[in-house]
Amino acid sequence: MAEYQNIFSRVVVHSPVYPGVPVAGGGWRAGRGSLRTLLGKIGDAQLGPVYLGFTGIASLLCGFIAIEIIGLNMLASVNWSPIQFVRQLPWLALEPPPPSYGLRIPPLAQGGWWLMAGFFLTTAILLWWVRMYRRARALGMGTHVPWAFASAIWLYLVLGFIRPLLMGSWGEAVPFGIFPHLDWTAAFSIRYGNLFYNPFHALSIAFLYGSALLFAMHAGTIVAVSRFGGDREVEQIVDRGTAAERAALFWRWTMGFNATMESIHRWAWWFAVLCPLVGGIGILLTGTVVDNWFLWAVKHGVAPGYPHVFPAVPDPALHTGVTP
Amino acid sequence: MSHRFPAAARLALAGLLLVLGACERPSPLVVQRGYRGVAMEENRNPRLLARLVAANEAPALIPPIPGDQPKAADVYQNVQVLKDLSLPEFTRVMLAITAWVAPPDKSCSYCHQGPMADDALYTKKVARRMLAMVRDINSNWQAHVGSTGVTCYTCHRGQPVPAQVWFAAAPVARPQGMLGDRAGQNAPSPVVGLSSLPNDPFSSFLLEARSIRVGSATALPTGDRASIKQTEWTYGFMMHISQALGVNCTYCHNSRAFRDWDQSHPARATAWHGIQMVRALNTEYLRPLTDTFPDSRHGPLGDVAKVNCATCHQGVYKPLFGAQMAKDYPELQHEKVMEPAAAPPATPAAAATPPAKSP
Repeated sequence: MAEYQNIFSRVVVHSPVYPGVPVAGGGWRAGRGSLRTLLGKIGDAQLGPVYLGFTGIASLLCGFIAIEIIGLNMLASVNWSPIQFVRQLPWLALEPPPPSYGLRIPPLAQGGWWLMAGFFLTTAILLWWVRMYRRARALGMGTHVPWAFASAIWLYLVLGFIRPLLMGSWGEAVPFGIFPHLDWTAAFSIRYGNLFYNPFHALSIAFLYGSALLFAMHAGTIVAVSRFGGDREVEQIVDRGTAAERAALFWRWTMGFNATMESIHRWAWWFAVLCPLVGGIGILLTGTVVDNWFLWAVKHGVAPGYPHVFPAVPDPALHTGVTP
Repeated sequence: MSHRFPAAARLALAGLLLVLGACERPSPLVVQRGYRGVAMEENRNPRLLARLVAANEAPALIPPIPGDQPKAADVYQNVQVLKDLSLPEFTRVMLAITAWVAPPDKSCSYCHQGPMADDALYTKKVARRMLAMVRDINSNWQAHVGSTGVTCYTCHRGQPVPAQVWFAAAPVARPQGMLGDRAGQNAPSPVVGLSSLPNDPFSSFLLEARSIRVGSATALPTGDRASIKQTEWTYGFMMHISQALGVNCTYCHNSRAFRDWDQSHPARATAWHGIQMVRALNTEYLRPLTDTFPDSRHGPLGDVAKVNCATCHQGVYKPLFGAQMAKDYPELQHEKVMEPAAAPPATPAAAATPPAKSP
């Protein structure tokens, strides 16, 4: 019998194309579905049928408009040159308005397009959330996935909408661009005295790295015990087989404690959800409640002092009265 | 099926080489400058450093000419800056300029046409102001240049125009109308180390005196309105300093608290005076020469070539690796005598433009 025991899948399960479980109260779906060998190497070989519905179509439309606004502005910024567009793409961006506009509506060229792109992108994301929630309910599932997605949306909204509103300036928001949003991130940290000392930032990183660690531990464990039937996780939650016993003993031997076939998924869900959730809190507090995280950490005895190894460097501006 | 894994391995190896292709060949040298654990250290590569040292050697000494009589101004007409020099000293300065600045095929005629006293060529008028500038720097800007000082060679390196000068950036070509404004950033510019940061920080900080300080001075908000966008301009300018001096941020700053002078290296104060100095040189010496230069020497927007940190430093933390060159040329050290009194550190631009922020 074929076994899943390699880190690369060597088994592709074949089954007839089927439309999916019947759903009470409709559940219209487009197409009949088809089989794709390449898809089978990374997941289920069946493609479709799909369901889009009103929210799905509206979301894709809004997302398309947002991407068009961003992309056409980038293309215009290289004078409509497709070659330069490709070469410079990592540097190109659609910038939010200059801070001088505050929360007013700026001219299109000076951030007006950014506001519009942000509106359509946000609408697209929220509509996709509604669609996700309604699909989960239609299938009689819990709504864990939409709520996890909502956590990511929270961070997105804090960065691009809620915090700029509280700061009274659209210019505080993130540009749409690959390198530009990274430079924005570094500038954000420099302006607000080093995000390293923001405890919510620290928590967020702990959950981020923790998520990766848990993912590796869990995935590794399940693949490793799949030869004993450990890939039938859901059944082993209530009916422990030798796979679950071996996996549990492995971790007790390794670190004294083990999660269960059921609880490991709660660990993973909470780590993933808390990463953007606490991260969003950290961003929201920056500039609104705390203006310099390093000084805040000094004030609360968190940031240690180090011995001076240089002669004292007084601020030269204090002597000459010049403010550079 | 067995041939597939080697194919994947070959692909992975090719990918790895592609990724590492942009890296510097080892082995690097790390020089600790701050207290242990605070990562205030310089990364040097001995191989590249040797190349840089070779490219930044001071030229051979131009020997002094014996004798101290008569005064150059008594012999030559139209001597305006070097009035205090004797004829031998004056001649030595002229020899030095010829060696350090004038193109070899032009020699004296690069600046002089007809009678020596004649100011027909723009190069002579510019050279006169540059001599006054060098003396001003050596006399009044020791907070930046220390006792090392500068000579013409510090910037010119044998070329009539120093290799690294700056002009106001011409706006990037884009269609007329409301699309595609880059807001002065988001282009692969070597000025800011190929980041997407604002790529003409010079106009703001080395000509005008916009506020560089963006980090908040208080733990909790107390009305500091410095924005993230403003921070990007400062950040872009700091990238220039880093590139121009061939150093990390941590050459001056403790990266845990960039704004804190108490944790900074003393080099930061030197750099602070350097910013003041460069701004003063641009506003007092170079900008007033705009109409003296012909159009062919102007930038795309018709402005004069100006100095920034790279003009002297040229990738080295101390120009010419701190070679004590100026001390051999006392002719370039004197107090300037013909300038109207211009108090050095108080830049006119700084006084005229109210800083946007508190320090």
